[in-house]
Amino acid sequence: MPVSKAAGSVREARILAAPMRPGRRPRLLPLAPLFTLVVLLGPVAAGLIGVLAPAFGYYPALGATELSLAPVRSLLAWPGLGGAVRLSAVTALASTALALGVTLLICAAWHGTRAFGAIERLLSPLLSVPHAAAALGLAFLISPSGWIIRALSPWATGWDLPPDVLIVGDPAGLALIAGLAAKEIPFLLLMTLAALSQIPARRSVLLAQTQGYGRVTAWVKTVFPRVYPQIRLPIYAVLAFSASVVDVAVILGPSTPPPLSVQILRWLNDPDLSMRFEAGAGAVLQFGIVLSLLALWRCGELALARAGTAWIARGARGRADAAWRGLAALAAGLSAGAVLLAVAGLAVWSFAGFWSFPDALPAGLTLRSWEGQLPGLAELTGTTILIAAVATIISLLLVLACLEAEYRHGLRPGTRALWLLYIPLIVPQTTFVTGLQTLAIGTGLAGPTGSVIAAHVVFVLPYVFLSLGDPFRAWDPRYGLAAATLGAGPDRLLWQVRLPMLLRPILTAAAVGFAVSVGQYLPTLLLGLGRVPTLTTEAVALSSGGDRRLIGVYAITQTAVPLLGFAAAIALPAVAFRNRKGLA
Amino acid sequence: MTDGLSLEGVRIALRGVPLVSLDVRIAPGEVLTIMGPSGSGKSTLLSLLVGACPPEFETRGRVLLGGRDLAGLGPRERRIGLLFQDDLLFPHMSVGANLAFALPPSLKGRRARRRAVEAALEDAELASFADRDPATLSGGQRSRVALMRTLLGEPQALLLDEPFSRLDANLRESLRGFVFDRIRARGIPALLVTHDAEDAAAAGGRVVDPLGRGAGTQAKAASLS
Repeated sequence: MPVSKAAGSVREARILAAPMRPGRRPRLLPLAPLFTLVVLLGPVAAGLIGVLAPAFGYYPALGATELSLAPVRSLLAWPGLGGAVRLSAVTALASTALALGVTLLICAAWHGTRAFGAIERLLSPLLSVPHAAAALGLAFLISPSGWIIRALSPWATGWDLPPDVLIVGDPAGLALIAGLAAKEIPFLLLMTLAALSQIPARRSVLLAQTQGYGRVTAWVKTVFPRVYPQIRLPIYAVLAFSASVVDVAVILGPSTPPPLSVQILRWLNDPDLSMRFEAGAGAVLQFGIVLSLLALWRCGELALARAGTAWIARGARGRADAAWRGLAALAAGLSAGAVLLAVAGLAVWSFAGFWSFPDALPAGLTLRSWEGQLPGLAELTGTTILIAAVATIISLLLVLACLEAEYRHGLRPGTRALWLLYIPLIVPQTTFVTGLQTLAIGTGLAGPTGSVIAAHVVFVLPYVFLSLGDPFRAWDPRYGLAAATLGAGPDRLLWQVRLPMLLRPILTAAAVGFAVSVGQYLPTLLLGLGRVPTLTTEAVALSSGGDRRLIGVYAITQTAVPLLGFAAAIALPAVAFRNRKGLA
Repeated sequence: MTDGLSLEGVRIALRGVPLVSLDVRIAPGEVLTIMGPSGSGKSTLLSLLVGACPPEFETRGRVLLGGRDLAGLGPRERRIGLLFQDDLLFPHMSVGANLAFALPPSLKGRRARRRAVEAALEDAELASFADRDPATLSGGQRSRVALMRTLLGEPQALLLDEPFSRLDANLRESLRGFVFDRIRARGIPALLVTHDAEDAAAAGGRVVDPLGRGAGTQAKAASLS
């Protein structure tokens, strides 16, 4: 009882702490949510308009001012269209279903155990690995001359030379599916953990277990139905992302035909400028594909919910716990191990001297690959950090202003506000960033670093908000009331009490935003017109060449930069609060 | 009859159901106890008194502090101190910084402020605790710091929201003495809300329920349960 009583008084205090008196300065703060919404959704809306125009033959910068269906017709006439659309759809559905399945299996089998703690500790490092670096590393791992085949050769395979088989970029997109799933599992796991902390998961499982249910069955029957609505939006974001991803698809996906998103980028980069019409039509189709996949997924949800309700009603106890636990451990180990080995492989390649097949390790280590790249690498790292830092600071300020406005003026954002936050993550990048580029070219805004930063904010801000929103709102408002009765005004309360107390989650959110910015490929490439190279655009550009040492150098640097951000987010509060156990 | 804390025709209702009905004056140095089970509107009364009543409650009546009508003032301007169930010491500040946070800005000079903090700590038998991390203090020590912090804000009235309920039985007794002694010494009116009859007895003042009825029989019932 004391727990619920305390929760009640916290809730009361939150309400009563909310109506603060307005300050004497002009009241800009209440406008923060609206302004943030414009920063966030303005580019999405503009991009959607900007992509429709070329799709229907309107492109003033190219002298085309007549509406026509020619771009649509020539898109439909492209022989690779069917294959490209099928690839986009199948890889997205398969990788999302795989990532979700593994995530749920891990939670069902291991949540609340000590082993689960180990999985949780691996989450942040796994999340901070950029998609491109993970994909490049995975490509090394599974390629015919990669670590896996080296480890089995020649004793098991009999191969003294790398076999001549197509593994990376297989026509069915299996490598792409595996790569996407491995990278999305940590994200979905993180989201599921956040949802689990809000429901009495352990007690529900325990209750079901006392009635003879197996652990996994108990979790799926009593916890999963309550978790799913809370992770629905992240799942939709994963599905939309997988259906329209470019960098991972360039690295791991097939190339003839490639997934539609990759083909759109090829059209955009084609020296023949008339291909931009096709790109526009393709980008609109891409949006259609994502919407169709979301609709399909929703139908699947409804069907599964029906079947699940019947299954729960039948009362089967399910006793194959040991098998499920084994499978979950295997899946967790495979997915985490793949990403970790991928990064390790990149690191080894970057220092590799002579390395012949099938040796598991190079004959010698050398700094030559690094030394040769140092000047260029330093400049790229500088640009990458600059863009990420500015985009993160802008996002953080806007998010803090929104949350503070919420607190001071007692605003209650509903589910709809959460949907708005997810819009930039669900509307495919290939669609609206393509349109944004069209507009930016037309208005002369394409190219400068500032445009790249503005585009990054659109993707950084939602993650900063999602990361900081819960801790900020969970802050005990009685501290605010205590400070107010001691005479502190809203500003003093913010700067002297709330922000210092929330330093840790604020820095974590900043590190998340920083990592998101570092990983951005398409917005950097398209809004910078290729003239603002970052570690990510360079690493992806190198992927088509075969220089593994060079790829290793760039991908490792790309991985190290966000990791340093997370390290700083941990180290700073630890130093600042070294004598404050209450914030440990 | 203008000093002290006066509640004139204070009524609080939720969707037409009366929760609080009080006409009472608390003299300087007096502790009035409002006793009733949880959910009876005690906490809402306190939020009304500090000027932060949730809008869903229907309220009427006047609150006067030293003859000053508090209508329209927020928690900052009322100069009413509030002591919570939890100590709510700011975890990122040292014990001394927590106390200095409450000192009025009119007290100027680093040394003068430091002296005021140290005097308060000595009063709480916590001399030389200024640089300590609040998280390293015992529950009783933290509660004493919390009271001193509230008093350093120089409140003209004090509200106590079940401030002893989180403490062990033996600690509770000594802390009650500590709190009530200082209230009497400063001669400020205080209002204690509790559901613990021993708190009410220790306060030594009048005991009423939220609807203003003498709560003698209720006190007995509460101590039995």
